[in-house]
Amino acid sequence: MTTTSGHRGLEMEEPLIFELDSPGQSGVDLPLPPTTYTRLGRVVPRDSLGLPGLTEPQVVRHYTRLSQKNYSIDAGFYPLGSCTMKHNTRLGEKLARLPGFADLHPLQPISTVQGALALIDALAGWLKALTGMAAVAMTPAAGAHGEMCGMMAIRAAHDHRGGPPRLRVLVPESAHGTNPATAAALGFTVETIPATAEGRVDVAVLKAKLGPDVAALMLTNPNTCGLFERDILTISQAVHEAGAFLYCDGANFNAIVGRVRPADLGVDAMHINLHKTFSTPHGGGGPGSGPVVFSQALAPFVPLPLILHDDDGLRLAETRDEDEGTALAYGRMKAFHGQVGVFVRALAYTLSHGADGLYQASGDAVLSANYLLARLKGAFNAPFTGPCMHEALFDDRSLKGTGVTTLDIAKALIDEGFHPMTVYFPLVVHGAMLIEPTESETKATLDQFIATMLALADRAKAGDAAWFQSAPRLTPRRRLDETAAARKPILRWKPNA
Amino acid sequence: MRYLPLTEADRRAMLAEIGVASVTDLYVDAPAAALLPGPVPNLPNHQGELEVERALAALAAKNMPAGYGPCFLGAGAYRHHVPATVDHLIQRGEFLTSYTPYQPEISQGTLQSLFEFQTQVALLTGLDVANASMYDGATACAEAVMMANRITRRQRAVLAGNLHPHYQDTTATLARFTGFEVVIGAPDPRGRETLLDSIDDSTSCVVVQNPDVFGHVHDLTPLAAACRAKGALLVVVVTEIMSLGLLTPPGAMGADIVAGEGQSLGNPLSFGGPHLGLFATREKYLRQMPGRLVGQTVDADGRRGWVLTLSTREQHIRREKATSNICTNSGLCALAFTIHLSLLGETGFMGLARLNHAKAVQLAGKLGAVDGVRVLNDSFFNEFTVRLPRRASKLVNKLAKRGILGGVPVVRLFPDADGLSDLLLVACTECTTEADMDALCRALAELL
Repeated sequence: MTTTSGHRGLEMEEPLIFELDSPGQSGVDLPLPPTTYTRLGRVVPRDSLGLPGLTEPQVVRHYTRLSQKNYSIDAGFYPLGSCTMKHNTRLGEKLARLPGFADLHPLQPISTVQGALALIDALAGWLKALTGMAAVAMTPAAGAHGEMCGMMAIRAAHDHRGGPPRLRVLVPESAHGTNPATAAALGFTVETIPATAEGRVDVAVLKAKLGPDVAALMLTNPNTCGLFERDILTISQAVHEAGAFLYCDGANFNAIVGRVRPADLGVDAMHINLHKTFSTPHGGGGPGSGPVVFSQALAPFVPLPLILHDDDGLRLAETRDEDEGTALAYGRMKAFHGQVGVFVRALAYTLSHGADGLYQASGDAVLSANYLLARLKGAFNAPFTGPCMHEALFDDRSLKGTGVTTLDIAKALIDEGFHPMTVYFPLVVHGAMLIEPTESETKATLDQFIATMLALADRAKAGDAAWFQSAPRLTPRRRLDETAAARKPILRWKPNA
Repeated sequence: MRYLPLTEADRRAMLAEIGVASVTDLYVDAPAAALLPGPVPNLPNHQGELEVERALAALAAKNMPAGYGPCFLGAGAYRHHVPATVDHLIQRGEFLTSYTPYQPEISQGTLQSLFEFQTQVALLTGLDVANASMYDGATACAEAVMMANRITRRQRAVLAGNLHPHYQDTTATLARFTGFEVVIGAPDPRGRETLLDSIDDSTSCVVVQNPDVFGHVHDLTPLAAACRAKGALLVVVVTEIMSLGLLTPPGAMGADIVAGEGQSLGNPLSFGGPHLGLFATREKYLRQMPGRLVGQTVDADGRRGWVLTLSTREQHIRREKATSNICTNSGLCALAFTIHLSLLGETGFMGLARLNHAKAVQLAGKLGAVDGVRVLNDSFFNEFTVRLPRRASKLVNKLAKRGILGGVPVVRLFPDADGLSDLLLVACTECTTEADMDALCRALAELL
């Protein structure tokens, strides 16, 4: 249905902010500068920027309308595999905004920020206890940044040991793209370990590839097929016997948090996505936070700064010091001391759950995923047998011959009011659909999703490919032309463009 | 437990459907020895919202918020006034609780706001294109150097001595582990460092901060010309983005890449993070850029819309051949930046920049009149360096006891450098009042 205004009920067409320009208007009233005297040296003040002028009500309406074009975990089921879209607590938002956290400058005198250092230290304590690991680096800003931190520690440890250079890193083919990207960025040669027919690391191939020039295996456990690497102890032993380290991608920690400690599996380093497992909001793509836990062997090789306890309280170690045991630490991962605003939210979540709640939460996440697996595997092909962890993987075999693709299923789900699962990842199965329900959903929501998926499977088998291909139809925009966007990139607004 | 909606009856029914007796049976692939029989021992159990709020509020109460008294701290993080509207809008659940916009049909809100953000960053920096954000200014700086290395196929970066030391260190960390060379100048509190002699045919880029870490404002045109002459790129770091409401933009002075920190717009100090990395460059280097990009396109009905684009540069497609390993960025901080800048608009942003500068000019006048205090800068935006007759760090601790956050001792930034212990970095923003300035000057007069 078309309307005169272009709006459709609650869903408003909204131009770019630049197209709403009322020149000279502003949404902020400022006192005029008391002086025009400038001390800008030889630099000439600029006379214009090209920004639009709007008043506060215009800006509020613009961004409110934009927000209404987004799907969110607040609004509905968001089973995006490997992303752990669980409920985001508002308690965390409230506490992160306390002036005692939000209004702290990172370079205030240490005596004035003892509570902030205690907060970081408390969260660090929880992360070490939940993983059984010896040390934790709190500064990495996201998962991929944590990978970088962990792999730098591994490089530093090998350098410290001496011996021939270890330039190879082994990465299972099911790994997230960040793993090979991280290893390659650090100058390692990346070698892929194939998956077995059971969706796990091929231990025989791994053993054959291990050698005195291998620095590390980067393993995701539970892996991206949603499976626990059942040979993990054999794997870690083989890696260690070869003199290499075991890096674990902790993106899937939500399946095991409080139930299995990575230290007990032989892990040497693992990043933890606070914005996944510990419920801090994704914010449309960040900010994240990716603390890295380390085994005893890697504990000295951590980035600065570190928090130290001394007689006067807590302190920030910002330089290497023999006496403080930080002689082998390496430099900064970023400016200042980490994603402290994210830490507040993560600690609030952790204290809310406690040890018993976290145990229940990971169990519920795994239970919900297995429930989906059990109910859907008759209609969609589950490529691997046995229970899954916190996410259920299907491939597109059951869609064969229907003309309906994994992407079509995803787009049809959008019209049904669900966020699609992760599609076409992992790469080890054809047309992957990776469904991660998390522990935050009611059984009624899971049942509604299951009923929808089963109906979509029936519709696909009934030969209604055209219907799928035209989905979604009920969204602010229908399928967007990504090829055109990449062929002639338009990455900014320009006047009269 | 208030965050876990499954009931015991639900759990029993779901286990029955799966065909196992207990949740533990689902962990059959985990080594038995590693499977805990119950919650991790020696940790507290769940607590109500009230108890958690008490526990964290008690930690917050042990800190002295910057806004409790006069605050003159800067050095890469600035205390600006953020309009209430910004925080309200970014807490809308549709923005706050959505993931990376991989499904564009139901993510147009995030995508359009990021497209606006990219445009704003390009306008501020005077460059052609900007990405959808990096973690922070320091990581943006390190990524800029990696990008310059790729473009020039050279492996030697020159970092100004007056580049923020955390940015130097973040870049040097990456250099150590990825195997490129960094040459770092010595800090020069007078701002007279010239980098012209350190550029040669092997230099991939020169990284210079403007205003520099001591507050000096530079005309970068000669440096840009020197870089061009040697085939090196000029990377300009801006740690106080507010300055671009007043200063000639780096793009107009010949910068090839701008790596900036955007916290000043829309984002709280938060003890140093999360902040917002800004990244802009020239169109011709677009495909070597790290990070996510939002592009304009049309949908199946021909209507304008937005998608993530040029992802063939990115790790999830290119894996080990990606331009960067970055995935998650600072989406919500970018949204706060965009909303704050939209509220300010052309006149507001330029007026605010002038106001910041005017405050600093006023403070420099007042501080210069205090016995024993000498302002080192001839030029500055909203931050400058003063020389004191005694150690700055001790003085700052004494000021803190009087409720004044008097500035950043330069030794806090450069702990390993000699001869800087009597220097103090002092910043003003629109939040600084004349009473604040007078309180600082009075306290200094008494303590010196």
